[in-house]
Amino acid sequence: MNHATIAHAHEGGHHGVPHGWRRWLFSTNHKDIGTMYLVVSLIMLFLGGGMAMLIRAELFMPGIQLLQPDVYNNLVTNHALIMVFGAVMPAAAGMANWMIPLMIGAPDMALPRMNNMSFWFLVAAALMLVISMVVPFLPGGGTPVNTGWTLYPPLSVQVGMSMDFLIFTVHLLGISSILASINIIVTILNCRAPGMGLMDMPIFCWSWLVTAFLLIVILPPFAGAVTMLLFDRHFGTSFFNAAGGGDPQLFQHLFWFFGHPEVYVLLLPSMGILGHIIPTFARKPLFGYQSTVGAMLAVGTIGLAVWAHHQYTTGLSLAAVTYFMIGTIVISIPVGLLVFNYIATMWRGAMTFETPMLFAIGIILMFSFGGLTGVMLATIPGDIQYHDSYFVVAHFHYALIPGALLGLYAGVFYWLPKWTGNMYDERLGKIFFWMVIIGFNLTFFPQHFLGLAGMPRRIIDYNPMFTEFNMISSIGSFIFGAAHLVFLYVIVKTVRGGARAGDQVWEGAKGLEWTLPSPPPFHTFTTPPQIKLAQSEA
Amino acid sequence: MHGGSQFKRLMQFLAVALFLGVAGHVHAEYGINFPEPATPSARDIYQIHMRTMTIATVLLIIVFAIVSYSLYAHRKSRGFTPDQNFHRGWFGRWSWVLVPLLVLGVDMTIAGSAEEVLKRLWLVPKDKDMMEVKITGHQWWWEYEYLDQGVRVESRYVPQEKAGSLYLRDVDNPLVLPINTKIRFLNTSADVNHSFWVPQLGFKKDAIAGYITETWAVIDKEGTYRGQCAQLCGTWHARMPIVVQAVTPEKFTAWVGAQKTRMAAAEAEAASGKVWSKEDLLEKGRDLYNKNCSACHQLDGKGLPPAFPPLMAGGGFPAGENMTKPLQERGFFKDGKIVVGPVPKHLDIVLNGIAGTPMQPWNQLNDLEIAAIVTYERNAFNNNTGDVIQPADVAKARGATAPAKSD
Repeated sequence: MNHATIAHAHEGGHHGVPHGWRRWLFSTNHKDIGTMYLVVSLIMLFLGGGMAMLIRAELFMPGIQLLQPDVYNNLVTNHALIMVFGAVMPAAAGMANWMIPLMIGAPDMALPRMNNMSFWFLVAAALMLVISMVVPFLPGGGTPVNTGWTLYPPLSVQVGMSMDFLIFTVHLLGISSILASINIIVTILNCRAPGMGLMDMPIFCWSWLVTAFLLIVILPPFAGAVTMLLFDRHFGTSFFNAAGGGDPQLFQHLFWFFGHPEVYVLLLPSMGILGHIIPTFARKPLFGYQSTVGAMLAVGTIGLAVWAHHQYTTGLSLAAVTYFMIGTIVISIPVGLLVFNYIATMWRGAMTFETPMLFAIGIILMFSFGGLTGVMLATIPGDIQYHDSYFVVAHFHYALIPGALLGLYAGVFYWLPKWTGNMYDERLGKIFFWMVIIGFNLTFFPQHFLGLAGMPRRIIDYNPMFTEFNMISSIGSFIFGAAHLVFLYVIVKTVRGGARAGDQVWEGAKGLEWTLPSPPPFHTFTTPPQIKLAQSEA
Repeated sequence: MHGGSQFKRLMQFLAVALFLGVAGHVHAEYGINFPEPATPSARDIYQIHMRTMTIATVLLIIVFAIVSYSLYAHRKSRGFTPDQNFHRGWFGRWSWVLVPLLVLGVDMTIAGSAEEVLKRLWLVPKDKDMMEVKITGHQWWWEYEYLDQGVRVESRYVPQEKAGSLYLRDVDNPLVLPINTKIRFLNTSADVNHSFWVPQLGFKKDAIAGYITETWAVIDKEGTYRGQCAQLCGTWHARMPIVVQAVTPEKFTAWVGAQKTRMAAAEAEAASGKVWSKEDLLEKGRDLYNKNCSACHQLDGKGLPPAFPPLMAGGGFPAGENMTKPLQERGFFKDGKIVVGPVPKHLDIVLNGIAGTPMQPWNQLNDLEIAAIVTYERNAFNNNTGDVIQPADVAKARGATAPAKSD
């Protein structure tokens, strides 16, 4: 990326662009920090994806071929943690860093030094996570974390020291995310260009505002829970030990109080991105701006109060499970409204099908499917069968891969020309899209059947009757994995060069970010822009 | 190019609809939907599952149809002019009310149909004459106690050589249950969380250490029903199959009788006061150790630090003080290494476990079995102490610490 040369041409002003490693290590520039977030998330995506490939390779046939059971369990654990905390959240944070100041006409994030700190805490956390995976292979390292990302005690009390590294990983991630969230909230509330009211704000900013509040509410209980776990492991407390007056279920409540809203943390920024892409390529304004904002607020609020639907089988009372069932099903109302608004935005538009739009359409269809199996899971009598089976694995991958990951891919293709000043290769973008769609559906669709037929999740070895669907699933996953090599190639190629992108990039795109050159200069909006047209056009 | 992607999208849509159709209607086909239910609860669940899946499929088809039409009709390449005022019409103004109402209607249909079944599943009948079975999850086997009959069964996975096509779905001793009988299941765990799941019986309930979760069933068809542990419980989570054998009450009574005879014979042998030779004890001990102890302490006695200490003298045990201190106090840990401590303490650990560690009490084993295990542990793994422990020693140790177990 060629910020340096362009910055001089524009408003580099009295503080020019720093050079060399100092530019990145000490960076307080929202664009540079955004880029670093995106690079880290891409590395983590390949790490977590590689783990998924190993898991699917092991499950290709019955029997234990490649991995030791505890190594397998460790991969299951870290695949989830890396994808959630390493790939999706940092990518969304990177896009927030890049785009929110450009969208609201701010010169930078409100708290630039804290921005730097939250990024480097993330890197520290990633290193700590890698250490937790490596120590079990050293002498005296003990068993690896074999608990799944849910870290349920008493199993997590039995694990060796890699659990302690993981606990500190969670602490660092928590600090990083809370700092980033504070920064985003302050930026959105204080740094909007004069004349831009909250209800004129681009929908991506709204999605991140809700996400940031969610993160600040849910991360402290999770950090508390793992700290209690640390105390149970080393300092003789019994928070989660029934023999000492504690309760293993307390951990599950604390974990899922974090873990369920976390799903919406992953989901909302991507939904926000769709709220830009669909109007752009349908060439008409977002349908129901106000109700989309309302739906996001409702998802965030109701989402905080339905966590125990992950614990239907743990012996909760009838009153409790009835409440959690109804609460969970009610979430389909705002989520349904979101999906409806996006379809209605496409309706009677003049659509073209560039890569970002293809992803947006794919997301709407596949995410609807994941949402509907979610309603099936929320219905308790059914859940008693689906729970902890491959049906659940299929469901949450249908919700999170389209809902979170593909939304970010759409964002990458949508904004890459703005970030780099170069157009990506449209043909390769489309090849990537179709490989993803075919690979993804082939991987996860058959897993619904596996779950219904009785295959539990998180097992390294299975009965031969599950073989066929597992083979199809593994083959699909290899296509899905191979697609990402294309993805990487497209990104590298675009960063290195390509057809020049103009300011506007997309014919139908609206918003302040498209009034800037591509790539934007190192400092933008040092004088606030004038807001002439309200975004909502109510 | 647009036409091509359009066609692919349509094909994808058709494929998904077809798949769902298969899942929805060919439910007898094994391996695509739930296996055939064998209890009224499982049948209720099956109906709710089919109903919600049908609703979901219909909704999905509607969404796909609307999107497909829009993709076909509202495209720039066909020269469609975007309707810039679409969101300002009555539909745009009122859809935020209409859509939630519609979704609420669907939600209420689904929740309403589940409510009654949920109550039936959740509220365990309080009949006095219900049969009770206590299910205890262990790493990595199941223990079944028939509380009314006084029978105890240990159920472990069968290795691939013996199980064949039933690998990971077969056990040595199944859970035998009478049909047409109301049975209450009390689930608990001796170590980490497990979950008891037999799809055809229609329930899954977690087994949590220190807590009891309850559920119930009436099985109305004879047969063999297979399931697996559904909660990740460590290394060999995949090796915790469950097999329920449902038989007529007459056959069940006969089975209980046979179990009692077997247990009484073992009890009598243990209590006979016979003095056993070291060789006999070692042979019995090896079998029992491999079955009961090796999951944690390993076949070679090297353990799995830091949760499970080695039993081999000289083995290092890098673990927290909560683990090493109780061992040190009992004379089994010195200078960072495991040593073979005194016999009475050894018996105490096996009989009563060590509170606050994964080591659980094994006092459900009879005197002969414990004598054999302790003899084996003190002589195998190069420990070679030469100690021989007789059932009488165990009886004495049992009397000194905890009341004898009679079953």
